[in-house]
Amino acid sequence: MAHSYTPGLTVTEQTVVRRRRVLPLPGKVLVNTGDRVQCDQAVARAELPGKVYPINLANQLSIAPDEIKEYLVKKEGDLVRKDEILAENKPLIKWFKTEIKSPVTGTIESLSMVTGQVLLREPPRMLDLLAYIDGAVVETIPQQGVVVEASCSLVQGIFGIGGEVWGEIVVAVKAPDEALTPAHLKPDMKGKIVIGGSFLPAETMAKAKELGVAGLVVGGIHDKDLRALLGYDLGVAITGTEQVGFTLILTEGFGTIPMAAKTFKLLSAHEGQKASISGATQIRAGVIRPEIIIPQAAAAAAEAVHAQREGIRIGDPVRIIRDPLFGKIGEVSALPSDLTKIPTESEVRVLEVTFADGARTVIPRTNIEVIEGA
Amino acid sequence: MTSAASSPPKIDRPLNVIVATDCGSTTTKAILIEKVGNEYRQTYRGEAPTTVEAPFEDVTRGVLNAIAEIEELSGRKILDGDRIITPCRDAKTGVDIYISTSSAGGGLQMMVTGVVQNMTGESAQRAALGAGAIVIDVLASNDGRLPHEKIERIRSMRPDMILMSGGTDGGAVTHVVEMAEYVAAAEPKPRFGITYKLPLIYAGNKDAQSQVRKTLGEKTALEITDNIRPVLEKENLAPARNKIHDLFLEHVMQQAPGYKKLIDMAGAPIMPTPAAVGVIMETIAKREHLNLIGVDIGGATTDVFSVFEGVFNRTVSANLGMSYSISNVLAESGLPNIMRWVPFTIDEQTLRNRIKNKMIRPTTIPQTLDELQIEHAISREALRLALIHHKSLATGLKGVQQERTISDVFEQQTSGKTLIDMLKLDLIVGSGGILSHAPRRIQSMLMMVDAYEPLGFTMLSVDSIFMMPHLGVLSTINEQAATDVFVRDCMIYLGTCVAPIGQGKSGEICADYEIVFPGGRQVKDQLKFGDLRLYPLELNKKARLTMQPVKHVNLGAGAGVPVTREVQGGVVGLMLDGRGRPLQLPSDQQARVASLAKWYQAVDLYPKSDG
Repeated sequence: MAHSYTPGLTVTEQTVVRRRRVLPLPGKVLVNTGDRVQCDQAVARAELPGKVYPINLANQLSIAPDEIKEYLVKKEGDLVRKDEILAENKPLIKWFKTEIKSPVTGTIESLSMVTGQVLLREPPRMLDLLAYIDGAVVETIPQQGVVVEASCSLVQGIFGIGGEVWGEIVVAVKAPDEALTPAHLKPDMKGKIVIGGSFLPAETMAKAKELGVAGLVVGGIHDKDLRALLGYDLGVAITGTEQVGFTLILTEGFGTIPMAAKTFKLLSAHEGQKASISGATQIRAGVIRPEIIIPQAAAAAAEAVHAQREGIRIGDPVRIIRDPLFGKIGEVSALPSDLTKIPTESEVRVLEVTFADGARTVIPRTNIEVIEGA
Repeated sequence: MTSAASSPPKIDRPLNVIVATDCGSTTTKAILIEKVGNEYRQTYRGEAPTTVEAPFEDVTRGVLNAIAEIEELSGRKILDGDRIITPCRDAKTGVDIYISTSSAGGGLQMMVTGVVQNMTGESAQRAALGAGAIVIDVLASNDGRLPHEKIERIRSMRPDMILMSGGTDGGAVTHVVEMAEYVAAAEPKPRFGITYKLPLIYAGNKDAQSQVRKTLGEKTALEITDNIRPVLEKENLAPARNKIHDLFLEHVMQQAPGYKKLIDMAGAPIMPTPAAVGVIMETIAKREHLNLIGVDIGGATTDVFSVFEGVFNRTVSANLGMSYSISNVLAESGLPNIMRWVPFTIDEQTLRNRIKNKMIRPTTIPQTLDELQIEHAISREALRLALIHHKSLATGLKGVQQERTISDVFEQQTSGKTLIDMLKLDLIVGSGGILSHAPRRIQSMLMMVDAYEPLGFTMLSVDSIFMMPHLGVLSTINEQAATDVFVRDCMIYLGTCVAPIGQGKSGEICADYEIVFPGGRQVKDQLKFGDLRLYPLELNKKARLTMQPVKHVNLGAGAGVPVTREVQGGVVGLMLDGRGRPLQLPSDQQARVASLAKWYQAVDLYPKSDG
């Protein structure tokens, strides 16, 4: 099983990221290859077609579907205002007159002589696609979007909620094993990315929302607090569209887990700098992990390198990702090839991990992840 | 290899060595099948993480890695760089064919439409499910949503394909055309690739075909096929199912990362994994003349298949699974339902955090006994919920007029009742990681018994190492090879469960029984309520069981009526389940833990706990 290992999360001081920014439907690209862009700058724009409102005129006027044209006041393609008369009948006695008014402002998109329906469409809405990171446009995809590249420091989290935001990094705790309490949050953290330690209690979340903190990055939270924050029990880890007042990124997992020292050190070193973060997580069908991107001012011409790892090697720093030693970090010290029986009686491939204090343990290979970008 | 999935190619050359893969959402599993003498056997297996996702974004990477494992284990050279060597060059080089199934990248996601929700809407749903799809929504003229809400819904979903049905042939066309107008107005976009047209199959009233073509022909990649409900009393799902398979291959798979390469590598059309498992389940039921329920519990989804009186049904519970969807099992079943199977106490917060940690790191495995027991508890609930879902869809046709006689006056039954009759069920087949890889086979058996609560006499089996998908696709090109491997290497009979129907106080007599084992050994005893007993009875051996239930207890022949039956053995044996049907679990926490501990000990479910 040399090829079987869990790719880990990247925590690196220097890398080049490329982010594909694509419109949900064809539109116009606003920038050119080579342009420098800011995270909040629109790089492409699309017209989102307006909402469609069908009205069944045949039913409402009690006429046959193929007769609707005779009763329409407006034609296909005409503009209509809300409450403007769309169609009316012409009875002999005025009292029996029926007028059908438009429920929206828009255009008459189509008429159907088969169903007697009129489709009204609201005016299109402009959708601006932002760059998300400070960087350079390295590719434009006609009608679709761009690829933005940035030389940066990168931290991938394990789970997050909320969309893309940016702001200045503030480290609110002294050590990675310190919980982020409400007392750590100050009014001047509004619009900033606050780095916590091992745990984020519900009270701190409430205070962050109140203060208008843009993003929170911590080691862990309790599932019950997440449920309270979202208002429902998250069933499948597909996130990024939640609107809870801030974007939240967990670097380790659920529970009280100190942030990995390397992650904490890296984020602390960039305190005061601007970062772009995204809570979007999708574990099934195309892994997306939340991320903290800290663009570097001097655009080093480093190449985007995708380390194509071939497997785990002795000396690799790893994180244990399953109880009973969940969250502990160590180094691979042996890779026995034979199957080993673990306490559940399953026979699995294992490896030996040595911790900083010299203690050793044997762990199924699937229960560790390599700390990438070491 | 681009032949239509609905008509697999004829392979003329001999197939002596076959390599098959299943690209699952988490892992890609490869097996090697070789002809040994006159029969086919599964000889080696390998697996590797699926590589649909970044950084690889090429499914063939995982396939090659899994095959590389087989190479290492078997000593056979199969790969030449990134190419599979076909056909065999000599006894140790190459394979005769490579075949594959796939559910990676979220599988095939479909939206279906009908006119009446529980008639054509359900028929369309059954057609899509039978073809191996996940149905993300069913839209119908009478689904209670306002027209603009329907349009918004179609717009916001990004299915891989749409199946439209509605109306019987020659019936009114208005509602079907209306739905086509909604779809056209929504201009739905496919999940992968924003520049290609969404495949849409129309399988409704044939009189509306020209109108549908006019409305949707320009905006979608429209395919028209026979009506799935030509008359109210008949369902005709096969043409729509075949069309779905063809479009899956031609359109959807072409968009997923690396699938163009995978299709070229394979010697037969790639099948959606559930469709392949369905083929195998249908084959077993037909061959053995059985009523069966099959389940494939994966990381993301749980598929349930059933064949009752020859009628095949499949459902997929898209968000019930043991890794990606594990947290959803908790959300749907509720914590108390999971806790009722855990033989120790654990605080809610710890359990919730553990489940979420499994969700975000789905490839991890239980390392301690208590973690294993928690996963087994969750799997019981996933299995139970998926069967409830299946029962609600595996029904007779709704809206059909039934002839009634005077005797029916006292027993009015509505049309569309579920086809699943647990008393007529002969066999349960379990598949998927948690069942196939349980450290002890009794664990798989009890998980299925607890979740399904079989009634009367029921055999149970598991897929040994999860190879039903591979054999399903293999059966489309070489039935003998698929049957040989299925019988000899895939299906493992666990044994028979005998469960009297009725309830009573713990310790009260449920039934008297006598078992005559092969060789003549006899056991006479009493089964009490609250008892769970296990008798070893070897694979391929039969025993004769006579059971006399007490007067309010039924074994299928009526309350208090004795039954004598031959019961089949297996790697686990004969299980007598006196825990009552419906299953009774003490509501008091301490009593429940004590009962679970007693049952688990009675059948030697887990190794002796160290704590």
